[in-house]
Amino acid sequence: MLQPEMELTVDELKHLVSNRAIEGDTMVLNMGPQHPSTHGVLRLLLELDGEKIITCIPDIGYLHSGIEKNMEAKSFEKVLVMTDRMDYLNNLGNNLAYCLAIEKLVDLDVPPRAQVIRVLLTELQRITSHLVFLGTHALDLAAMSVFLYCFREREIILDIFEMCSGQRMMTSYFRPGGLWRDVPEGFEEVVQNFLDIFPARIQQYEDLLSNNPLYLDRTKGIGVIPTDMALSWGATGPPLRASGIAYDVRKAQPYSGYEQYEFDIPTGENGDVYDRYIVRMEEMRQSVRIVQQALDNIPEGPFRSDNRKFVPPPRSELAHSMEAVIHHFKLWTEGFTAPKGEVYVPVESPKGLLGCYLVSDGGSNPYRVHFRTPSFANMQILPKISIGCLVADLVAIISSLDPVLGDVDR
Amino acid sequence: MGVEEKLGNLGIITTTLEAAVNWSRTRAMWPLLSGLACCAIEMMATQASDYDLSRFGMELMRPSPRQSDLLIIAGRVTRKMAPVLRRLYDQMPDPKWVLAMGDCCSCGGVFNNYAIIPGVDEVMPVDVYVAGCPPRPEGLIHGIVTLHEKVKGEKINTYS
Repeated sequence: MLQPEMELTVDELKHLVSNRAIEGDTMVLNMGPQHPSTHGVLRLLLELDGEKIITCIPDIGYLHSGIEKNMEAKSFEKVLVMTDRMDYLNNLGNNLAYCLAIEKLVDLDVPPRAQVIRVLLTELQRITSHLVFLGTHALDLAAMSVFLYCFREREIILDIFEMCSGQRMMTSYFRPGGLWRDVPEGFEEVVQNFLDIFPARIQQYEDLLSNNPLYLDRTKGIGVIPTDMALSWGATGPPLRASGIAYDVRKAQPYSGYEQYEFDIPTGENGDVYDRYIVRMEEMRQSVRIVQQALDNIPEGPFRSDNRKFVPPPRSELAHSMEAVIHHFKLWTEGFTAPKGEVYVPVESPKGLLGCYLVSDGGSNPYRVHFRTPSFANMQILPKISIGCLVADLVAIISSLDPVLGDVDR
Repeated sequence: MGVEEKLGNLGIITTTLEAAVNWSRTRAMWPLLSGLACCAIEMMATQASDYDLSRFGMELMRPSPRQSDLLIIAGRVTRKMAPVLRRLYDQMPDPKWVLAMGDCCSCGGVFNNYAIIPGVDEVMPVDVYVAGCPPRPEGLIHGIVTLHEKVKGEKINTYS
């Protein structure tokens, strides 16, 4: 069972590398799938001339978990649990993409309070994702202390998620029609405390890296993605913005009321590793701005829709309303049915454009769910931009693209 | 040094070879730096400042299986990854231990499909299973302490 079913011969792989490798002039090196700098289980086949990379062939699929296939066997509400496990640094963002798709499919309203809390929490999630990027990126470039600082702040945000949902990472907090439950008492205070300390902490990271000559040598002019290449290869998120294009789904196609918030889209000029780092640092500052605006304007009201065909009734109603009992029973046994049709919803995840494509055949399970994940699209550029680099630069390039292998392979 | 100042001159400590060897094995058990999926992020959080795995002599994660004693399977094991993990396990020198972190590698977790192996114990022997999806860092630390207890109970005739 454990043997690969398709054995490849060397002859079948020969076209991937240059003729020099076959003559023994260059060296073919395997990097990964267990390698500390490949951010998970990415495998790279490198053809090296000295330490210079001639060919770089990524081999993905080591984390292919069949999530999209698994979703077809689950009812619409249960699918949500699987979305958490795709991009495991952006759990709430994945929830949001899926919830927006369902809401568009069945035309479900979301109360304003839920929308604001969704924005607030996804922006906090964006900060955690960028913190993990920053920590691992610095660690790959041999700066240990940044990693420790980043995870210190990340714990504060995870505590906020745990406060709301009871889980640190796999929250499943957003549900079609709103939220699982209202935010707990003391939520505003905890978030405000975080916002008070965090801008100074971003400055602290910048002090460690932004002007550090060792860091600049490793990142400036490395892994340059020209603007036209970024566009033609479908890069989104920080890699695209670092190449100078101010495209952000939050501005281009606002969802969840993003048009109400004031924030800027940071862009870079050169499209190198350093610019991608700077763009992410600036995005954290912008996220702080959005969270502050959302926190100041959380409206009162219900936290989920009262459309009982799709949203379960509150427990208090079950005691005295037969109708509520019936709805509750229907929802937790067979789930709701969606009309026949298909929808596509893009959102801006920390890595780029995350699209959810949902097809319904009129039943209570999705007919097909597909996610257009940003890590996969951004990863395509890697073989192009790593040619001519040193192996040490490749490590910096991989971490600057910030791939999450769960997002690449699904 | 520290202990003598507090306790006075201890002179001689008598112990068994078993106890001394097992103690030394628990105090510097180097894990393999290998993460698979979501649990790897919690494993990183366990090493980071708040939970500080170095309290257990484990801050030094080795990227090479030849230098590591403990294999933490952090995440879901796919059919493509399982032979690689088995190879890593085979490359580790004895004595070695395996900790299955999280539901996916313990029993398959939420994944019930063609791609995920329902438990890493189909590929290699596992010493400790840690439940959770993903387990909290405290959960992982509890699993590690449980493994230490297990190691402390090993007999001299089982050393290979």
